[in-house]
Amino acid sequence: MQDFSAAFGLAFGLIASGDADLFEIVGLSMRVSLTALLLSCLIGFPIGALLVVRKFFGRGIVIALVNSMMGFPPVVIGLLVYLALSRAGPLGWLGLLYSPAAMIIAQTLLIAPIVAALSRQVLEALQAEYDEQFRSLGVSRGSAMLALIVDGRYGLVTVALAGFGRAVAEVGAVIIVGGNIEHLTRVMTTAIALETSKGDLGMALALGIILMSIAVSVNLGASALRAIAERQAYA
Amino acid sequence: MPDTVPFAPPDKPDKGPPTPRDRLLPGALRLDRLTLQVAGKTLVDIEKLELEPRSVTVVMGPNGAGKSLFLRLVHGLIPPSSGWVSWGEVACGEATRSTQAMVFQKPVLLRRSVAANLDFVLRRRAGSRAERRARRDELLARVGLAGQAEQPARLLSGGEQQRLALARALATLPKVLLLDEPTASLDPASVQMIEQIVLAASAEDTKVIFVTHDVGQARRLADDVAFLHHGRLIEHRPAAIFFTSPASEAVDAYLAGRIVL
Ligand SMILES: Nc1ncnc2c1ncn2[C@@H]1O[C@H](COP(=O)(O)OP(=O)(O)OP(=O)(O)O)[C@@H](O)[C@H]1O
Ligand SMILES: [Mg+2]
Repeated sequence: MQDFSAAFGLAFGLIASGDADLFEIVGLSMRVSLTALLLSCLIGFPIGALLVVRKFFGRGIVIALVNSMMGFPPVVIGLLVYLALSRAGPLGWLGLLYSPAAMIIAQTLLIAPIVAALSRQVLEALQAEYDEQFRSLGVSRGSAMLALIVDGRYGLVTVALAGFGRAVAEVGAVIIVGGNIEHLTRVMTTAIALETSKGDLGMALALGIILMSIAVSVNLGASALRAIAERQAYA
Repeated sequence: MPDTVPFAPPDKPDKGPPTPRDRLLPGALRLDRLTLQVAGKTLVDIEKLELEPRSVTVVMGPNGAGKSLFLRLVHGLIPPSSGWVSWGEVACGEATRSTQAMVFQKPVLLRRSVAANLDFVLRRRAGSRAERRARRDELLARVGLAGQAEQPARLLSGGEQQRLALARALATLPKVLLLDEPTASLDPASVQMIEQIVLAASAEDTKVIFVTHDVGQARRLADDVAFLHHGRLIEHRPAAIFFTSPASEAVDAYLAGRIVL
């Protein structure tokens, strides 16, 4: 029990004093996950919209595939990225293994399918409503996709927040491809795992508190946005 | 005609008798043995129908008669189960649809401002930015929404949404206007505004097909009336004859406000 309260005391001390190591780790985490999120949205939104406007043959299979990629185990994605980036791998010449870039790639592969699958669900309802009107107006497929993404923006922000939550909280993939190297690839989740095993509970807990706060704010942000959207009849 | 004032159609420009060339105009609709079946039920079954290219055709009939399905069929939004639809000798499809505009029974508006809903359509037309803005403002003024340009479209009242949907349809400069009960939730002044717009469009040789349940409105607008019931075309006749001497029991009952059997 003493350990417990002492750890909390230490944790708040670290946060309050703006500990440089602590915030370096938090900063890198945010940089990696936000970059991965940006890439995932650039990939995932158009894929989601395309799956909605194009009723091509085999669409059902593609959707099932994307949906099942949502549940892909992060460690396996980490392993695949490791194999691709390792010196003997096909992308080994890039020399990206154990760098933030490698972590961004892994997280992007992890959450792009989530963003694509969830945005397809969000846009499907919108498409059902707009389809006949768009065909009546002779809107091209590209414009229709863009219009769906623009008009589904509030739903899509919620999708992005879900993807971000998954990305920052992920540990298995980034530890494999990043290697948890101090001052280089150490992010919140990998640091928590390490500090806990080292017995530095204060640092682990401080990171844990920040990670939790981020997760909570992301969810609050999502609900606030939904409320705004509903009030403006944009939802 | 002045002796039947309350029922007289407003003064309409005389479009002259149809000429053989008219059949080639984009507004000349021809249907041949058109049917639509869904899940084994026949929802539309029209043997033959030909519409003049420049008139206002009013489509009437009880709820569930197939009026909305008829509009979607001739607009090419749903493929018929069998039969043939053509506009001015061109088979109904993407090409004919691009010269037409439809206002749906339930307006579908983008989740954007009123102005942005019009810009969405105007953007794809030629002209400078300033010209398009002028055109947008003119359209908004025409449907009485000039003061609400920046409001989210979906917060408009039901009647305002219908007026915006009509403005958007006009923005495409259609050769054919398909209107599905466009004044169903409008106040009397707005109804008059829409009717003026429709007659003005018709005077500029736009073909109008107008679905309504309002007999008075049909009398004011129609050059000819098509009456549907159970998916079948019961009558298609010039307005003057349609209202004064219904040829069928169904139309007689409908006009008299009785249940149509
Ligand atoms: N997709 C569909 N599947 C099955 N039945 C349908 C479908 N769409 C319409 N119907 C049926 O077809 C009939 C005609 O529908 P339609 O919407 O054309 O009627 P309407 O004449 O426009 O009626 P209202 O005056 O109420 O607008 C209705 O009985 C309706 O239930
Ligand atoms: Mg209808």
